[in-house]
Amino acid sequence: MELYKLTVHELSNLLKSRETSCKEIVESIISRIKELDNTIKAYITLTEEQALKKAAEIDNQTDGERFSESALLGIPAAIKDNICTKNIKTTCSSKMLQDFIPPYNATAVDRLEEKGSIILGKTNMDEFAMGSSTEKSAFFKTKNPWNLETVPGGSSGGSAAAVAADEAVYALGSDTGGSVRLPAAFCGVVGLKPTYGSVSRYGLISLASSFDQIGVITKDVTDCAIIMNAIYGQDPNDSTTVDLDLQDFTESLINNVKGLKIGIPKEYFAEGINEDVRDSVLEAIEMLKSLGAEYDEVSLPHIDYSLPTYYALAMAEASSSLARYDGIRYGYSADDSEDLTDLYKKARSEGFGSEVKRRIILGTYVLNSENYESCFIKAQKVRTLINRDFAKALEKFDVLISPTSPTTAFKLGAKRDPVSMYYSDIYTIPANLAGLPAITVPCGFSQGLPIGLQFIGRAFDEKTLIRAAYTLEQNTDFHNKRPEAINR
Amino acid sequence: MKITKDDIEYIADVAMLYLNEEKKEHYTEELNVVLNQIAKLGELDTKDVEPTVHILPLKNVWREDKIEPSLDSEQVFMNTENGEEGFFRVPKIIED
Repeated sequence: MELYKLTVHELSNLLKSRETSCKEIVESIISRIKELDNTIKAYITLTEEQALKKAAEIDNQTDGERFSESALLGIPAAIKDNICTKNIKTTCSSKMLQDFIPPYNATAVDRLEEKGSIILGKTNMDEFAMGSSTEKSAFFKTKNPWNLETVPGGSSGGSAAAVAADEAVYALGSDTGGSVRLPAAFCGVVGLKPTYGSVSRYGLISLASSFDQIGVITKDVTDCAIIMNAIYGQDPNDSTTVDLDLQDFTESLINNVKGLKIGIPKEYFAEGINEDVRDSVLEAIEMLKSLGAEYDEVSLPHIDYSLPTYYALAMAEASSSLARYDGIRYGYSADDSEDLTDLYKKARSEGFGSEVKRRIILGTYVLNSENYESCFIKAQKVRTLINRDFAKALEKFDVLISPTSPTTAFKLGAKRDPVSMYYSDIYTIPANLAGLPAITVPCGFSQGLPIGLQFIGRAFDEKTLIRAAYTLEQNTDFHNKRPEAINR
Repeated sequence: MKITKDDIEYIADVAMLYLNEEKKEHYTEELNVVLNQIAKLGELDTKDVEPTVHILPLKNVWREDKIEPSLDSEQVFMNTENGEEGFFRVPKIIED
């Protein structure tokens, strides 16, 4: 068995029993990356030397005991390139930050490193996380390992493709409107967006601050619980994090859904959904029922307004977040400016790509005094209505189930107009509007491409999501499948 | 709600962006499609609905007023070409 194929918990067990070393693990992943990444193009930056050095340090200094204390000790990680890594280039896949080297780590990265995980590289994404296909990277397009002519989804497409292609053991991504879950679903891996406020955003380069959350992309649900244990919890550097009780998410890896109440939001199964996607999700629901869960239909009457609500608010917040890029203190700097205004405008016009400018302009328009009430405040009010729908549904049900996306991965270049691209996130956006946790797990295939099923849970109840997702996983075989296109 | 090319020019200016003619036309067209979607929110009666500014019931967080380490000047200037003797250099902003 090749080491690169294994999960975090499998590798950790081999380390505990001294059947392998950290150095062998890191070397195995690096050789996999060298073999495949010219094709997949998941990574922007590789930190091969530092990673090998750290692995050797751990091997030399550690007795078997410490591997029992941390399942992440010596395990390599891939980090989305909008999450700051000290002294490692962090570009946001933008010309604006192409040479940016953060002088500090994001809290989530610090926490992974405290547990002994080794940063192996930074992954490609849509520029500033604005996109659903990773085609909007200013550098290159990442391919879906299941079919090299299709997109990996986005915006954390590099992270999801790396995990699916066994070029990473696990990865961090970020999820503002579905950017962890959509690529995880398209690439047939597990993706968790935690509750807003449960994982620190310190060092995550902001897109829309009331929506952004760092999330986890893994090969199975067990790994997802292990990574959550490391990164969740309050952080003095992010005042929107919540003081949570100490939790062990691995306690929720229970293969049992007896008595679990599942709500099926009927609006998620309406027009526009691919038939294979619908059938696979419905089949999974029947299977959970046969294992003792109960389900019933539920209505979220305002859910059809999620997309316009999200775009009004997220673009307004993005236009404000991105006002910091002035071409002076860090980031792209233009030559020969006439005056200060010209300097700002040149840096921003040359540094930002087309989708970023589109959203800055729309966001600025929404925040313009004339439209503030009718667009921005209106959308905030509709957000309240959507949140109420969820609160009501989750009074009655423990989790809601939907497809993660109405379709499987689409062809590279297939979605040229922004609105049809935005539509890819239609099932993931509502959880961001309501700040709720949501996880995607593989639940089938359509024409060789993976299908994702999404569980949405109550705020700060990741444990129920993990239990439900784990049960589904343990009773199916989808998570053990690997893309044939790259494993011949 | 309809966005015109003049609106785009004005917005681009306040957002500190240069756009060429082609981009202006392009964005005018595309943003009207997105705005049409946003205009659908007008169908809903939200007269007595409070806006959600933020999803959590957050209070301001205070910390002890004590000195903590911050970035040293080398780190502050490591990502710019505009550093000069501990300052950021910008074009002249005061007229003679």
